[in-house]
Amino acid sequence: MSPTLVLDLTVAARDVAIALTVAQGETLALLGPNGAGKSTVLAAAAGLLRPDSGTVRLGDHTLSDHQTRTWVPPHARRIALLAQDARLFPHLSALDNVAFGPRSQGQPKRTAHEAAARWLEEVGMTAYARRRPHELSGGQAQKVAIARALATEPAALLVDEPLSALDVEVAPDVRDLLRRVTSDLTTVIVTHDALDAALLSDRVAVMHAGRVVEHGETGRVLSRPTSDFGARFAGLNLVRGVTSGGALRMPDGRLLHGIAESDLGQDGGPVAAVVAPSAVSIHLEATHGSPRNSLAASVVDLEPHGPTVRVRTDLLSADITPAAVAELRLARGNRVVLSVKATEVHLHRA
Amino acid sequence: MTQLSVPKWLLLPAALGALLVAVPILAMALSVDWSNFSSLVTSEASTDALWLSLRTASVSTLLCLLFGIPLAAVLARTAGTAATLLRSLVLLPLVLPPVVGGIALIQAFGRRGLLGSTLDVLGLQVAFSTTAVVIAQTFVAMPFLVISLEGALRAAGTRYEDIAATLGAGPTTVFRRVTLPLALPGLVSGTILAFARCLGEFGATITFAGSLQGTTRTLPLEIYLQREGDPRAAVALSLVLVAVAVIVIGLTRTRRYSLTAGTP
Repeated sequence: MSPTLVLDLTVAARDVAIALTVAQGETLALLGPNGAGKSTVLAAAAGLLRPDSGTVRLGDHTLSDHQTRTWVPPHARRIALLAQDARLFPHLSALDNVAFGPRSQGQPKRTAHEAAARWLEEVGMTAYARRRPHELSGGQAQKVAIARALATEPAALLVDEPLSALDVEVAPDVRDLLRRVTSDLTTVIVTHDALDAALLSDRVAVMHAGRVVEHGETGRVLSRPTSDFGARFAGLNLVRGVTSGGALRMPDGRLLHGIAESDLGQDGGPVAAVVAPSAVSIHLEATHGSPRNSLAASVVDLEPHGPTVRVRTDLLSADITPAAVAELRLARGNRVVLSVKATEVHLHRA
Repeated sequence: MTQLSVPKWLLLPAALGALLVAVPILAMALSVDWSNFSSLVTSEASTDALWLSLRTASVSTLLCLLFGIPLAAVLARTAGTAATLLRSLVLLPLVLPPVVGGIALIQAFGRRGLLGSTLDVLGLQVAFSTTAVVIAQTFVAMPFLVISLEGALRAAGTRYEDIAATLGAGPTTVFRRVTLPLALPGLVSGTILAFARCLGEFGATITFAGSLQGTTRTLPLEIYLQREGDPRAAVALSLVLVAVAVIVIGLTRTRRYSLTAGTP
């Protein structure tokens, strides 16, 4: 089992002060806008940047401790880093890139190449083993980079905005791969996209101006954020269930229809649906004859959210205008019908 | 033909600049006494000088690599006053007249120099030996390698080195497998420049090493000497030096392209 990663550190120059624990095999999403200090946290964890104070621990090993002046250099940490751009070594083939880690750890060339070939197969890039990085597309390069990081058999994985440099068509594919390979690995994923956090992480920490302003289980943080910043920045509906004929079957048996960005797999497999609150509308009675998802729910809370009102229900949150709230006479405990176009429901394997 | 992307008026001074180089080389080639060319360049003094030049320039270039690569790496990856001072010092021979360099070398390694007596005790006589030629060439040529490699190392940055470290590669492995290969174009061009500078070295050599046939009289020194006695031989030998330079540049250019294919 991948060990626990404890980060409790400050970096004065970037005004970052955080304390986070990533449990064994867990994936933590560090969510926040550009400049929030997310990448600084990763650099400190990887050992590429020396924190001004605090500690970094991985399992039983102290990687950095300001007080005891402990400092383990990056190459001895067993923490792999996936950068925003794939950063494959341009002078090496895809295979040699993946073999770089095992070779650096002292494995003979043949063993390293065998391991590299296995990892390339794992990410579906066997056919590109001989290619140089400049002959690969962004998505292909990122997959090779994932194989390269995993070939070192890291104790923990740090991922910095893995999908932001990719085209929208290939991002779901790479996201699926990341979700698969990080399932048993202690992972920190930095992202400014609530969707990535929703689909890849077990827990979310929302960062703002160098501090963690909200921290908790992914579904909870995204759908019921407790901090103002979390609400403004995260605010996504995440529904988990199993796939059933191309739709999502919720635990209570109701179906949520949507569009799948990639293959959902066989019926009964875990899936997640992501819906923006702005795509959800509220009615007092069921609407008939429309292709929408029509789901009964009860209102939990109402709160101002910018120019709109966020209506929280026991199922999904909806952003509607204050005029609509008045017209519908919404109040806590009301029974309502939520409707969402199927095209606004994004289904993913979970 | 690719589209011209510079202002048209630049073409005139550019052409004049190219002519300034081309005309003298052409004039020299035209004035060569071709009927006696082979006997002129194969005289014992000439072959001695050519052979000595190639040998010393090769050894000096190796020394430039041995000391210059670490120097460039240190300069490229450090900042601050100490680094600035070190850089100025290392690049000093670039702006110094070679004859001044030669005098400085005598003061250090000559018989009555700073280190001369120490070397004497060890039984080493540096001044006026082939070793002195190599020291003089390394002294004047190393900055070319350092400046060119340091630029390449700075341009490559530490992005790939960081990733390599997180993949478990120690500093030496990173340097050998990532840093140097990424800076290879700069290293190759720096090596060519350094070798060419070694081959053409004159001032520091004649000052520090003297002009003994077969021992310290390299091809540039032989050409200078022949200019007085037999100008035809001087011209012929000059053309040999041009040919060697062209061959070196040509060889390394083709090699350079094959090596850097794949670098964005």
